[in-house]
Amino acid sequence: MNINASLFLQALVFAVLVLVTWKFIWPPLMATLDERAKRISDGLTAADRAKHDLELAEKRAAEELRKAKAQASEIIAQAEKRATQIVDEAKDAARVEGDRLIAGAKSEVDQQVHHAKEELRQQVSALAVAGAEKILRKEIDAARHADLLATLKAEL
Amino acid sequence: MSAEHHAPANATEYIQHHLLNLRANPALDPVDPSNIHLDTFWISLVLGFVFLFVFGMVARRASVDKPSKFQLFIELIIELVDTNVKEIFHGKSKLVAPLALTVFVWVVLMNAMDFLPVDLLPKIAAMFGVEYLKVVPTADINQGLAMSLSVVLLSVLLGIQAKGLVGFVVEFFTAPFHADGLLMKIILIPVNGAMQCIEYGSRGLSLALRLVGNMFAGELVFMLIALLGMGWTGANPGSILGALGQVVAGSAWAIFHILIVILQAYIFMMLTIVYCGLAVEEH
Repeated sequence: MNINASLFLQALVFAVLVLVTWKFIWPPLMATLDERAKRISDGLTAADRAKHDLELAEKRAAEELRKAKAQASEIIAQAEKRATQIVDEAKDAARVEGDRLIAGAKSEVDQQVHHAKEELRQQVSALAVAGAEKILRKEIDAARHADLLATLKAEL
Repeated sequence: MSAEHHAPANATEYIQHHLLNLRANPALDPVDPSNIHLDTFWISLVLGFVFLFVFGMVARRASVDKPSKFQLFIELIIELVDTNVKEIFHGKSKLVAPLALTVFVWVVLMNAMDFLPVDLLPKIAAMFGVEYLKVVPTADINQGLAMSLSVVLLSVLLGIQAKGLVGFVVEFFTAPFHADGLLMKIILIPVNGAMQCIEYGSRGLSLALRLVGNMFAGELVFMLIALLGMGWTGANPGSILGALGQVVAGSAWAIFHILIVILQAYIFMMLTIVYCGLAVEEH
């Protein structure tokens, strides 16, 4: 247990070791640890944020889905309404067309009847004149009684 | 040849031989203060370089994402030191943590030299003509004092850095005993100064003696255990019992010594941090 100059020599060795550790060994190792700690905390924060984002996205997706469903049912309802409308319109048009056709046919028939009546009237008046002619051949001059005959014809 | 020549004649000589360092100038008196212990110097230096090399390699290749298992082991030590420094030392200096790391690892390595068989390195050295060799640098009071006095000196410098030279000197003479009146303060100056001197001195001494005492005693016990098997005189019951005793006692002491090696290094590191922390704290 003798103290001698080794004391200073060992102190010098110690100083060199501490100096090298201080300058070259501690900073990079500490930087590595700090960097890792930072990355881990960053990662945890990011994970939390991602979780939150996911929840939001899920909520939004559900909302969108709900909206789409509502829209689809609305469209379907509209389409059904439109379909019945179209069918109704077609029915109406058909009825109108039918009525028109019926009306046309009726007027045609009326016309025909009128025409036939006119013709019959002509023929009847001719027959009447012929009959009267035959009866009145002797006493009635056709030429003299023309206006009388015309009046008669009009009355028929 | 020297090994043959200086082979220990008896147990006393064996122990005494083992307690002597390899001196730079063997011609001088063993207690001459100008001498240097070469074994302490070289072994501590090599172990210091082992520490720097291993930690330097890890620091150079340190990976944030994919640390190797060895890197994690080194980081474990770094974290141990860093946690303690952050808890105990509240100054601004960035030197204390590297200092504590160096102290811890270097002292562990030097203490761990005790695990080598007590005669292994001295016998090998003797083959190359080296007469004396103490393999545990921390069992040399010079090593312990060199570190402890450096730490105490550094703590003083840290105190000056933290409080300024005036603040440090004022505190040196006004603490630990505080007074209100100016007169009382002046009266207390020598008392406080003496107390502070004793405090710093005892810090340096106790720090060194605790470590060196433990390691010295541990080494001595290894030597005593080694003596058990040294009385080998042939295959007789006494010799066999002695050899058996050496194996059993040596194993038991080595296992127990693992605790001491780590614990003493840990205590030295903690006290280093504590002294630095005390120096920068206001009283």
